Amino acid sequence: MMPAVSNKSERDRGQPKETVLKIRHLYKSFGENHVLIDFNMDLYRGENVVVLGKSGSGKSVLIKCIIGLIKPDKGMVEMFGKSIPKLNDAELDQVMARVGFLFQSNALYDSMTIRENLEFPLRRHMLDITQKEVNTIVMEALKDVGLSHTVDLMPAELSGGMRKRIALARTLILRPDIILYDEPTTGLDPVTAKEIIGLMLDIQKKYNTSSIIISHDMNCLRLTGDRVIVLMNGTNHVTGTYQEIINHEDPAVKEFFE
Amino acid sequence: MAQANSIKAFLGQTGQIFRFAGRFFNQVFKPRYEVAEFFRQCYIIGYRSMPLIGLTGFIMGLVITMQLRPSMVSYGVESQLPAIIGIAMVREIAPVITALIFAGKIGSSIGAELGSMKVSEQIDAMKVSGTNPFKYLVVTRVLATTLMLPILTILSDAISLYGSYIGVNISGNISFNLFWTQIFNNLAYYDVIPAFIKTFFFGFAVGIIGCFKGYTTQKGTAGVGRSANSAVVISSIMIFILDLLAVQITELLGFN
Ligand SMILES: Nc1ncnc2c1ncn2[C@@H]1O[C@H](COP(=O)(O)OP(=O)(O)OP(=O)(O)O)[C@@H](O)[C@H]1O
Ligand SMILES: [Mg+2]
Repeated sequence: MMPAVSNKSERDRGQPKETVLKIRHLYKSFGENHVLIDFNMDLYRGENVVVLGKSGSGKSVLIKCIIGLIKPDKGMVEMFGKSIPKLNDAELDQVMARVGFLFQSNALYDSMTIRENLEFPLRRHMLDITQKEVNTIVMEALKDVGLSHTVDLMPAELSGGMRKRIALARTLILRPDIILYDEPTTGLDPVTAKEIIGLMLDIQKKYNTSSIIISHDMNCLRLTGDRVIVLMNGTNHVTGTYQEIINHEDPAVKEFFE
Repeated sequence: MAQANSIKAFLGQTGQIFRFAGRFFNQVFKPRYEVAEFFRQCYIIGYRSMPLIGLTGFIMGLVITMQLRPSMVSYGVESQLPAIIGIAMVREIAPVITALIFAGKIGSSIGAELGSMKVSEQIDAMKVSGTNPFKYLVVTRVLATTLMLPILTILSDAISLYGSYIGVNISGNISFNLFWTQIFNNLAYYDVIPAFIKTFFFGFAVGIIGCFKGYTTQKGTAGVGRSANSAVVISSIMIFILDLLAVQITELLGFN
């Protein structure tokens, strides 16, 4: 079931660059705590961007601004050519159905079974879907993460790595075009982490999704990062390919790789 | 100084609860209506509370009757026992005790459930899944507590009076029919209706305070415990305040 983890640079990528997400001059402060100060980035179709930054540098705030869980003070977030802050609720729902978010804490609904967890986004976004279709999609999503047998268990009955995989399945169930991963491998053992990375790459290859991945994990960075953005002092301090970043002159960037 | 601060905190919190209630009224009539979740909550909040409310109501009726009986006998008004118990139960004891038990059971569980959903980002996950969590979690629960507590109170009225009937019969002897005839002959609409109406407010208070506490939980598992705890404390106090208001209002309206 697990795919062979291939190095990203070996994979061919020939298609012209289509921008799916554009962030310009993003600002966010909590009182006197200025977290994001003029942050800019682009995300192209089919690519993975890894955001690297110290703890507390505002990485989670950044992706929560993208998905609308936190309202930025100013700046532009444009997804599929639509400006997010200008959309009404119905339009926002439509855009958000195309975006997946993997929470740092998984955020599985712990009063629901695994099946209900996976059904939830389906039933919310597709109002006229039949029970039979729901069942098919749920079982397929579980098969993708290799956990078909857990369908009637509760989240509390699973291990940490299994919960992460279920959370991943729930994130992917609506076949999003953009996936935001908040530290997908943090707190997992290296083997499980590798499995998760394998799944992420697998899905990306299968559905040609674009991802923003927040991570401290050097393995994850090396295997998934087409481009890397170093978030420092609230802005996109350095942007480059994996090779460019690991050989970067800036002492602050070098610190990450020691 | 410390007192000034805690008064300030209390007033600040009261304001927040009122704003939260305002948000409830703003959202309750707007689609999308979470009908399935509402019925699920009615089942959990109402139906599943019936055994507890029934048991406590029965014991309450039985015990109060046994406690009152000796004094009634010594005054020679033993035959008035059903009438007095009926009025006391229906007007005051059953609504308030039921509401307090309800606050303990339901207020704390709502506070803890929403609190743990908040700190483990499940509420955020709902937003991302195209759901308005305020509607899905708060509106459904508050509606369910508001509508279920009155029903539970009627249940408690009936069972506590039955307990009282048994209490009377432990040392005396009264027929089932006579007991109930005495109770109903002495209960007027103005005994029953205001007591019934105030239970809607009690139920609303338990729901809105439990949801407020859970929904605004601070990070950490300690925060969840604190939310559950203060949901019970604040809604219990609120029940007494509302009860006081209710008696004043019924008096002003001349229902006495
Ligand atoms: N809701 C909030 N209210 C106030 N301050 C916040 C809030 N969310 C985040 N912050 C602050 O923003 C800063 C950045 O937090 P963030 O969670 O984005 O860090 P991070 O880069 O994700 O760190 P980590 O790697 O530890 O997850 C922190 O100083 C934090 O205290
Ligand atoms: Mg974070």
